[in-house]
Amino acid sequence: MNRIKQLFQEKKNILSIYYTAGYPNIGDTIQIAEALEKSGADMLEIGFPYSDPVADGPVIQASSKKSLDQGMNLKLLFEQLKDLRKNVTIPVLLMGYVNPVLQFGVENFCKACAEVGVDGCIVPDLPMVEYEEFYKGCFEEHNLSNVFLITPQTADERIHKIDGLTNGFIYLLSSSATTGKNLEVGDTTENYFSRIKNMNLKNPTMIGFGISDKQTFDKACSYANGAIIGTAFVKAIESGNIEESVSAFMKKFKS
Amino acid sequence: MKYKVNEKGYYGDFGGAYIPEMLYPNVEELRQNYLKIIDDAGFQKEFHQLMKDYVGRPSPLYLAKRLSERYGANIFLKREDLNHTGAHKINNTIGQILLAEKLGKKRIIAETGAGQHGVATATVCALRNLECVIYMGEVDIERQAPNVARMKMLGAKVVPASSGSKTLKDATNEAMRDWINNPVDTHYIIGSVVGPHPYPDMVAIFQSIISEETKKQLIEQTGNDQPDYVLACVGGGSNAMGMFYHFMGDENVKLIAVEAAGKGVSSGFSAATTYLGKEGVLHGSRSILMQTEDGQVVEPHSVSAGLDYPGIGPQHAHLFKTGRGKYVSITDEESLDAGLLLTQLEGIIPAIESAHALAYLEKMEFKGGENVVVCLSGRGDKDLDTYIKYFNL
Repeated sequence: MNRIKQLFQEKKNILSIYYTAGYPNIGDTIQIAEALEKSGADMLEIGFPYSDPVADGPVIQASSKKSLDQGMNLKLLFEQLKDLRKNVTIPVLLMGYVNPVLQFGVENFCKACAEVGVDGCIVPDLPMVEYEEFYKGCFEEHNLSNVFLITPQTADERIHKIDGLTNGFIYLLSSSATTGKNLEVGDTTENYFSRIKNMNLKNPTMIGFGISDKQTFDKACSYANGAIIGTAFVKAIESGNIEESVSAFMKKFKS
Repeated sequence: MKYKVNEKGYYGDFGGAYIPEMLYPNVEELRQNYLKIIDDAGFQKEFHQLMKDYVGRPSPLYLAKRLSERYGANIFLKREDLNHTGAHKINNTIGQILLAEKLGKKRIIAETGAGQHGVATATVCALRNLECVIYMGEVDIERQAPNVARMKMLGAKVVPASSGSKTLKDATNEAMRDWINNPVDTHYIIGSVVGPHPYPDMVAIFQSIISEETKKQLIEQTGNDQPDYVLACVGGGSNAMGMFYHFMGDENVKLIAVEAAGKGVSSGFSAATTYLGKEGVLHGSRSILMQTEDGQVVEPHSVSAGLDYPGIGPQHAHLFKTGRGKYVSITDEESLDAGLLLTQLEGIIPAIESAHALAYLEKMEFKGGENVVVCLSGRGDKDLDTYIKYFNL
């Protein structure tokens, strides 16, 4: 069974962590994954950097740029990920923009993901229609989940369509925003989270964008199967010893 | 028509809407409404009234006699430089501001390279009393200071884009991020035939007034609405698309698009997209773009800020791939020389963007008597600093 499906069957309040591959140092990708699993992360999203990340705020833009400047690319990333499954057992997704995938080749990309033990992908600028027509077959053949995003502005009909098309989880953006904005859970956000909860979707949901501490994480978990932390984590590991910063960061969520 | 957009938003292999979900509601709202709004009689009336009384259209089609003598062909200049605000960009911003009003939007954002689109956007925002935020690369803010001042006078907030190459591509990224963060009341006026569907089609429709007028003027002046050649410069490609639009179906009219070679196509400092680029996705559409093997977008170079963009609109990619259009390139130096030549022969100082199209005349061979239309997309006031430095004036 796909590791993502298994995780959602077995656990609640899932904590998923995003980080940029090749950041802060080019060779840190695997070490961060291992440290995160050791400190209790339930799932990982490893970002492959892109030169023009329009959905990202300043922190992830900067980590992407540094990673690219240090020589990261998809070929090198898959090379690094050959060691992924030596010590990492939790589900791992790759997250990034569509153009690097196109240039790598969709078929090659899916094959490489399967070979290194990646369980799914999040490609925010890959439209549903394109996925359905050109990518879905290949993703399914390699047992990869494809995760779509929804926002407070996404219509119910479209959410149902997304629910039918995906087989991992649905990524609920707390608001329409670039990454790194703080979550302010007001009435509108609560109404939106409740609306989604009451739709009884076939896929589990994870809330992302703006989750940065235990309080926002718990709040998100009351509406969804778990939450995703990105910017706050990327900031926390920008300097210092990786294992120590990862462990210190994760302690805040496990108390 | 085979060169126009299909119902899925594609031109052959190019186009589509590669956007994150956060942009979907806005882009979808546009897609569902843009043709309905544009085709409405009331909209058309208001659009054409403003084009006439505010922009000063129709812009003249001028037979440039001394230039014609030099090349041995009849060189007609489509004088978009005489429009209010000094370039073709206003055709699109007038159209889009009226459309934004119909959609009930209260806030306008835009990206700008040379500042011409920013000025054209700030102008229509002042005209219609809408809040206006312009994103502009830090590098461009420095080299286009007069346009920055104009935008500020017009009441716009100019926000510097400090990521990446700090030019047009990065200003576009910042504008998209703004739109993601302001999903309800904001309309993004994209300035070129780029971006997710329906933008390339919408901008082309508003700019198509250029070729619509040209055809009528050619009949009056030559008795034939089909010239032998039509030339225009291409960054993202909006003046070229407006200039080509009503000629695309006339297969005997040769369409020539002139890209910026910068310091030379092989110099590493170039913006000649069709020569250096590959198929890929940038700013919401599948097109041709300059990129590394890994799909990272390469930073372009051109002396002309308006052509300093690593991609071209999807419709251009289609015209290029099908061979309907011929895509060529001109260096920084060739364009500046052509700018001076036009100034001295015809008394017209062209924008350096437009001078790229003029420079290609030097490379063409004419039998004599051909009719050639060149889109003079903008005037050169904004480029005086560059001309002064290059020619030691």
